[in-house]
Amino acid sequence: MPQPISNGQDGHYHVLAQAASAEMTVEHVCKSYGLKPVVKVLDDCSLVLENRKLTVLIGPSGCGKSTLINILAGYERPDSGTVTIDGQPVKGPGRDRLVVFQETALFPWMTTFQNVSYGPRVRKEMSKEGLQAETMKLLKLVGLEAFADKYPSQLSGGMMRKAELVRALINRPKVMLMDEPFRGLDAMTRKLMQEYYARLFETKPGTNLFVTTEIDEAIFLADRLVIMSNRPASIRKVIDINLPRPRQFQMLTSKEYLEYKRDALEILYVEAMKAFARGKQDAADFMDAYSKTAGNP
Amino acid sequence: MSAPLKNSKKGVLGKKVKGFLATKSACRGIFSIVVALLIWELGTRYGLPVLSAIPPPSAVLVSFKESFVDPWYWGSWESSFQRIGLGFIFAQIIGIPLGLLMGTSRYFRELSLPVFEVLRPIPPLAWVPASALFWPTPEESIVFVTFLGAFFVTILNIVGGARSIDARYVRAAVSLGSSRKDIFWRIVLPATLPSIIVAMTVGIGVCWNTVVAAEMLAGHSGLGFLTWRAYVTFSYPLIVVGMISIGIAGYISSAIIRLLGSRMTPWLKTS
Repeated sequence: MPQPISNGQDGHYHVLAQAASAEMTVEHVCKSYGLKPVVKVLDDCSLVLENRKLTVLIGPSGCGKSTLINILAGYERPDSGTVTIDGQPVKGPGRDRLVVFQETALFPWMTTFQNVSYGPRVRKEMSKEGLQAETMKLLKLVGLEAFADKYPSQLSGGMMRKAELVRALINRPKVMLMDEPFRGLDAMTRKLMQEYYARLFETKPGTNLFVTTEIDEAIFLADRLVIMSNRPASIRKVIDINLPRPRQFQMLTSKEYLEYKRDALEILYVEAMKAFARGKQDAADFMDAYSKTAGNP
Repeated sequence: MSAPLKNSKKGVLGKKVKGFLATKSACRGIFSIVVALLIWELGTRYGLPVLSAIPPPSAVLVSFKESFVDPWYWGSWESSFQRIGLGFIFAQIIGIPLGLLMGTSRYFRELSLPVFEVLRPIPPLAWVPASALFWPTPEESIVFVTFLGAFFVTILNIVGGARSIDARYVRAAVSLGSSRKDIFWRIVLPATLPSIIVAMTVGIGVCWNTVVAAEMLAGHSGLGFLTWRAYVTFSYPLIVVGMISIGIAGYISSAIIRLLGSRMTPWLKTS
């Protein structure tokens, strides 16, 4: 079981208690790659990340979710359309929007402590003692204080994700962008991490975007579920998930939950089929021919 | 306080050595060396083909004993190590910054890499005549050739290492507010360090290959020269002494680099 997290009311978790937050908007964003042939990845995507809400983005694999994250983070520029944070256009990477990557991006040559304290250290914002105290406080929060001097290669998969979460949190980002952060974890650890992350969010909600391909993970975490279409990707549907918080895994069998899941799966199934057929041109041709003969007997 | 501590450390080391010698693989290793020496000794005595032409291990041992008290023998070690040291260190001092610059700046790489690609396949020894022309003494040309042995290895390895840095590390560092200086010192340099150490390990080997041959061609001292002179003066056991000495010297150099390498990259040995 993950450790219970203080609700932050006692002022113990300084960083969380002061979590800043912002609203982000994506309007009519298009993005293509390559010259010949041009591959259109995002086609007129519009999306709002509401303040202090956990938005989950789900879509078939390879549809362009990571591209959207990269554009939100400022690593890539959209071909057209605008991205804003609290009304200001996004011009490049910034510490107000931090990404937790698919596979861990902890620096292998730094210890857990050095990784977590990296941001404030390079920006020279805190005194050495202050940074030391702050880092240890956060490591304690995720139960990694005993691993402060270990290198990432000495941590388990779940520990690495926790370390990466607090490496972002210590910078008090206004928006957290989670790019399939629990991918590659074994099923049990993944469940625990989902619960852990839900508690962390519920303790002090900030603006979060969480990208996943797994429907149960998506509904369990989401305030709003955004379903993307197959490539070129656009937003197919937005579903508000009105399950009570704190979220419990028992909810995964409730009637409301199953209704959300059915609605989402209906759309996802169609999109996944397209992605599957795209991978096999032969199969697509066959299906095309088959539907024609079926249409004209 | 420190003396008993030292003793206990020695005691631990002694136990470790004893423990290692008791393992099966150590026994097999010792057995194989003893058998090889036995075949060599018997082969030279009973005139087996090939083996009859070389001195027996007993004669080599005698020659070794003589060499041990001969200052000229130790002088040969010194000369070779000095050349290796100079050539290798200069290769690192010039090669590492140049390699990092070429690895991180596309502009600089595209401007300079083609020259290195053309020069790299030339074996260092092919430079001996040319370097004899443009260096005033043989000593300097030997050091230069040794330098070349490690230089190209260093450059190309580091360029490869610096170019293959995972983009996510740089992205994460930029997001967290790193300056260009931070990116270089805290991300690019440590990420390239494993390649630098690989380059050093390979480079020191090439340096020894090169220095021995260069000493035979153009030197008046060093282990390579010792071995060649032993051949010219018909002191055949000394040839074998020279060869074994070169082997040991090469092993010591690599061991130093390995130790240095594992000290510099503590995050790699644990997983």
